[in-house]
Amino acid sequence: MSQQIAHVSYLKLDPKPHLVANECTSCGARFFDRRNACASCFASDFRTVDVPTEGEVTSFTIVALAAPGVPVPFVAATVKCGGTSVRGNIINVEPTPDKVKLGMKVQLTTFSMGADDDGLEAVGFGFEPA
Amino acid sequence: MATDDIWILGIAMTKFGKHADKDIVDLGADAAMAALRDAGVSMRDMGVLAAGNLMGSGGFGQQLQKQIGQTGIPVYNVSNACATGATALRTAIMAVKSGEVKMGLAVGAEKLAGAGLLGGGGQAKSAGKKWEPKGRFGAVAPTDGRIGTDTMPGTFAQVGMEYGHKYGEVSFETFARISEKNHAHSVLNPLAAYQKRFTLEEIMGDMMIAYPNTRPMCSANCDGAAAAVVTSGEVLRTLSPDQQRRAIKVSASVLTTDPYQEACQILPDVNTLTRNAAKIAYEQAGVSPSDLDLVELHDCFATAELVHYDNLMLCPEGGAVDFLMSGAPWRDGSTPVNVSGGLQSKGHPISATGIANIWEICHHLRGEAGDRQIANAKVGLAHVIGLGSACGIHILEKAA
Repeated sequence: MSQQIAHVSYLKLDPKPHLVANECTSCGARFFDRRNACASCFASDFRTVDVPTEGEVTSFTIVALAAPGVPVPFVAATVKCGGTSVRGNIINVEPTPDKVKLGMKVQLTTFSMGADDDGLEAVGFGFEPA
Repeated sequence: MATDDIWILGIAMTKFGKHADKDIVDLGADAAMAALRDAGVSMRDMGVLAAGNLMGSGGFGQQLQKQIGQTGIPVYNVSNACATGATALRTAIMAVKSGEVKMGLAVGAEKLAGAGLLGGGGQAKSAGKKWEPKGRFGAVAPTDGRIGTDTMPGTFAQVGMEYGHKYGEVSFETFARISEKNHAHSVLNPLAAYQKRFTLEEIMGDMMIAYPNTRPMCSANCDGAAAAVVTSGEVLRTLSPDQQRRAIKVSASVLTTDPYQEACQILPDVNTLTRNAAKIAYEQAGVSPSDLDLVELHDCFATAELVHYDNLMLCPEGGAVDFLMSGAPWRDGSTPVNVSGGLQSKGHPISATGIANIWEICHHLRGEAGDRQIANAKVGLAHVIGLGSACGIHILEKAA
């Protein structure tokens, strides 16, 4: 089996694909990027927590015009997973306002982004209708 | 007039649109010299220059001085996304308010004609690729388009859709009605980049950019500049009756950023900082939303205008759609919004926008707005928001 790497460091592929967040040990605010301190309470201790893989679409857009190299149309959305908001695309669904709805239940899924010159395969994530 | 009041003594904007034969300094100089003429003063009277430009090479203020007057005064080059113009104005206001200077000049200029889609870095070519984690998200490849969108139309589309999720779904047609209004208003504004009225069907049938925003529902990239001269009540008292008559009082000048909220780093929260700025501004000015004779708000996209009806408290919370459908924000309605045509038709040369919207309000308060004059306008509010985020709100009042 070939080697895999996640598109972003907050996507964990094992044992099953899921997202992780940096949670402030002081106030519980969650972040997906590398942190210097907490934007909410300024504390600087964080723990890694798993984010639920199922959620609800709280906003979306169907992008028809994007920068060169970005395939369109695609659905960009915010998904509330438990109490945590996540940014991601809604995939495996026709990108039309008839098929994508506010409040829609979705679940995390992954897809291959191809291999680099060393044969390392990058894996991306999105959300699909649950 | 109280001695510590702040007044706009002169203000001007260039026509927005394509200025192929002018560079940023030409545009800034046109606006600055027009504002000084309008104020009846010269560069010799200025104690400070605040110069806003976002997309240029830096040092805009000093470049401008070399064309309009090098008097040795301090220059503050400011850059604050789409709130750059308002930030420049507020910088000059703070300098006057502190008592350090008697008069200040604020300028904002931008060249954006033909800039196309803003935001969204795109995706790198794959030739010779190696997946290596980079940046704060440890990303092995660009995230734009794969994990949401970085484009401005897509980001603000989600802002509008989120409002629908919170308060009840807002239809594509409802959002389009905002642009129908603003394009209709632009017909009366000779300084607007576009003065074309569109039917609702034309707006909805135009090219989709990021659902639900079609092309005429997006702000127009263009060239332009605006400038203002500010002074104190103490100085204004010593000036001519005509200068005093045309001066416009700055009853509130507020700049905020977004306080931490859950999800604000997932989708920019343009609501909390606007609502916070509005609360402070109404309190500073001692006016309520119902006192406003006109509002120029940051309609960078139709989806943004809707949420700001609510954020500026022009309607009860959750009532933005009802406010729109009642006709209230049309020029003959109870709270005219964007009678200039707004960013969608007047245009959005980023750093000029936050002074140009104040020019529009001043124009009405002075009774000089011609065909598009809002009758007996006495109080107006100008709002801008720069993503990242920064929100500027100014409340302006006619001289008593």
